[in-house]
Amino acid sequence: MISNLDYTTLQQLWWIICSLLGALFLFLNFVQGGQTLLWQVAKTEEEKALVVNSLGRKWELAFTTLVTFGGALFASFPKFYATSFGGAYWVWILILFTFVIQAVSYEYRSKPSNLLGAKTFELFLFINGSVGVLLIGAAVGTFFTGSNFALNSMNQVSWHYTLGDINLRGLEAAFSIFNLSLGLFLVFNARVLGALYLINSIDLQASAAMEERLRKAVWTNFLCSLPFLLIVLVSLLIRDGFGVDENGVVSMVAYKYLFNLLAMPQLLIMLLAGVVLVILGVVGAVFKKGEKGIWFSGLGTVLVGLVVLCLPAFNGTSFYPSKFDLQSSLTIYNASSSQFTLTTMTYVALAVPFVVGYIAYLWKVMNSKKLTVEEAMDHEAY
Amino acid sequence: MIDVDPGLVGWSRAMFTLTAMYHWIFVPLTLGLSFLCAFFESIYVKTGDEEWKRITKFWMTLFGINFAIGVATGIILEFEFGTNWSSYSWMVGDIFGAPLAIEGIFAFFIEASFFAVMFFGWDKFSKGFHCFSTWMVAIGSNLSAVWILVANGWMQNPVGMVFNPEKARFEMESFFEVVFNPVAVSKFTHASSSGFLLASAFVVTVSSWYLLKKRHVEMAKRSIVVASVFGIISSVFVGLTGDEAAYEIAQVQPMKLAAMEGLYKGERGADLVAMGIINDAKAPGDVQEPFLFEIKIPGLLSLLANRELGSFVPGIDDLVWGNEKENVMGVNTMIEKGRMALTDLAAFKEAKKNGQEEAAAEALSKFNVNQQYMGYGHLKRPEDAVPPVGYVFNSFHIMVVLGTILPVIFVAFLFFTLKGSITEKRWLLPIGLSAGLLSMIASQAGWVTAEVGRQPWAIQGMLPVDVATSNLSMTSVQITFAMFAAIFTLLLIAEIFIMAKQISIGPEGH
Repeated sequence: MISNLDYTTLQQLWWIICSLLGALFLFLNFVQGGQTLLWQVAKTEEEKALVVNSLGRKWELAFTTLVTFGGALFASFPKFYATSFGGAYWVWILILFTFVIQAVSYEYRSKPSNLLGAKTFELFLFINGSVGVLLIGAAVGTFFTGSNFALNSMNQVSWHYTLGDINLRGLEAAFSIFNLSLGLFLVFNARVLGALYLINSIDLQASAAMEERLRKAVWTNFLCSLPFLLIVLVSLLIRDGFGVDENGVVSMVAYKYLFNLLAMPQLLIMLLAGVVLVILGVVGAVFKKGEKGIWFSGLGTVLVGLVVLCLPAFNGTSFYPSKFDLQSSLTIYNASSSQFTLTTMTYVALAVPFVVGYIAYLWKVMNSKKLTVEEAMDHEAY
Repeated sequence: MIDVDPGLVGWSRAMFTLTAMYHWIFVPLTLGLSFLCAFFESIYVKTGDEEWKRITKFWMTLFGINFAIGVATGIILEFEFGTNWSSYSWMVGDIFGAPLAIEGIFAFFIEASFFAVMFFGWDKFSKGFHCFSTWMVAIGSNLSAVWILVANGWMQNPVGMVFNPEKARFEMESFFEVVFNPVAVSKFTHASSSGFLLASAFVVTVSSWYLLKKRHVEMAKRSIVVASVFGIISSVFVGLTGDEAAYEIAQVQPMKLAAMEGLYKGERGADLVAMGIINDAKAPGDVQEPFLFEIKIPGLLSLLANRELGSFVPGIDDLVWGNEKENVMGVNTMIEKGRMALTDLAAFKEAKKNGQEEAAAEALSKFNVNQQYMGYGHLKRPEDAVPPVGYVFNSFHIMVVLGTILPVIFVAFLFFTLKGSITEKRWLLPIGLSAGLLSMIASQAGWVTAEVGRQPWAIQGMLPVDVATSNLSMTSVQITFAMFAAIFTLLLIAEIFIMAKQISIGPEGH
């Protein structure tokens, strides 16, 4: 069956697969959000251990999803991988740097003789959760606001944005209100998810004070995220977009993303459902003292993430547009791998449900009992 | 084509060297120690002896400390193909991306998921399932090595693909050929078994320290038995796969082999240089002696390279300027053909752009004649195809010498431990103490041989490094280099401190 899929279907399928990985990563950013809450919600050593160990059982899932997201993009849209990573160099390098310092921090934070002290590793976690997520948001924002690259006939990328004499190589993405708003929305949303996850996974009976702080954090971070979400949504509905006609010619089209939403009502429904689910999770946790909020808000985040990544890719739109040279813009059709490679990768992707299956099983057993202070303070714990 | 500053290429390579070598400090230990933990735990499950559980948990703690920094140094490598080698990523992403994606889907998720069980699931799962999880971490780690080495093997011996002139990139034609590339197979088997060897040496080092200090003697002895058996078996494997790797190099990268042996003038029945001091002043084509001093084994190189006594092994000079008698085409000829191919390709693209289909078809058919030499068209002089011989020769010989010493150490430790007299062999313990470091040097030297030896190619014969790099400012790459050099060094020192502390605490807490 897979070998009969035509090229266009494969290209669309792989964009959806990559988007799903990206959206799942945004959900798993509860780890990053939780990291930024550490100093705020945990006041005693016991509370800190609870937070770090609860997140520490899941950080690798988020990390691995990011790496797999990168690998999947490389395999299925190599021109995007080459253009964006090689072009918007500094944005990606800084994002990576924050993940490098995250990767050691859980293991090293509480170990004796760790050279830098627990505070430094906690700071590393904070930087990863704040700067890392903000920059990821800004990078995704350029899917709508465009970047400053040009491709030559051999598809080599050059970057054209200088401040003084310095080529900013993508850092200029942070000068856009839209990109920044998307980044800040993701930061606050990750913090909402982080607090919801901690409420779900920690045995809070022994520390009522932290429970209160966590529930408060859900609410305040949700409120903080709203204005940025509003800016992003309104801007999406009114801004010009990068349209592509049948001949592959790129031009600016008024209300492009609004038209895309109307042309693909399934995305509109997913967007609305996603926002409602996020709100349900928050309301349940804040006003009903529920513990399952992470599942509602998590699923909501996945849906919103999918819409954000699919909206600029389908219906004749460039997903990685260049405002410097419109005709260098990337679409899922001109940036993809060959039909052969996409077909091969689709066979590989058949294993994904199996992978998701064992992750879900292990998650269920590992989280079957809530994390207690005794477990978190054990000398083998983080 | 974008003209690339040679300084930029140098720094981009330095950046890759830095991150790859740092990553490879931790990876081989992960590859081997994960299996050793699985062995220890399996013995525990089988015997129910709590001492084995203590041993398992102790080595797992060290495994975890090492694993974290392996992950930290690994993420940059995957994305560095895009950030610093974007032309490479575009030109071969259609082939090269797949193994990286598969690595993520199949290997990293196994590692990540079962890692949490291995460390925090002792009381949540049955003994058997926990042991299974430890095995899964070992298998997952080694599976990830499979895929990244498939990718590396493909760079050394690009197979299963075809050039698409319209898109100016290589595209995959056979996934099977890419995965079962003979170079990839020998790369994986050689690199992973060397990781097993290194981890065994690490266990011998730590155990020797305990025996010297007369602490945790029982644990040290038991650990030594398991590790030296594993080390001996791995050494045999390393030797066999190394022989296979050398044979593959002779077939597909004869220039690398010539550099490994410092062979300038090819010959029938070529000798193997067992030891030697390279003459640094020697350049391809001149009349100087390649060695200041050397010890040779007659005829052995021909046997190892071609599995045939008296066969011809081409030297650097033959490969650069050709050798008609032995039917070797020189790089000088390949450069001419390559330049023609690039000119025809440019003409093809120009004609296509202007809609001149006939001219395009003609340019394409001319291009196809010399297509296979296209990569050589980027070289300026024939000598540019020669890697730095001194580096390659020295690192290769360091690897081989150390790789020969290590199995002797394992045999001695196994023998005296089983005999019950290891604690009295005070002369042997300091040697055991050095085993970990020696195998680390051997392992790094092996990668220097493999990667410096294929210069100037990012993809053998297809794409030189200066065409593969991203078009960045040199300052950007220098800053990035400094950033990662600083953070990796800092984290390495922290790791060594933490590990030393855990070793000095010992298994008491477990």
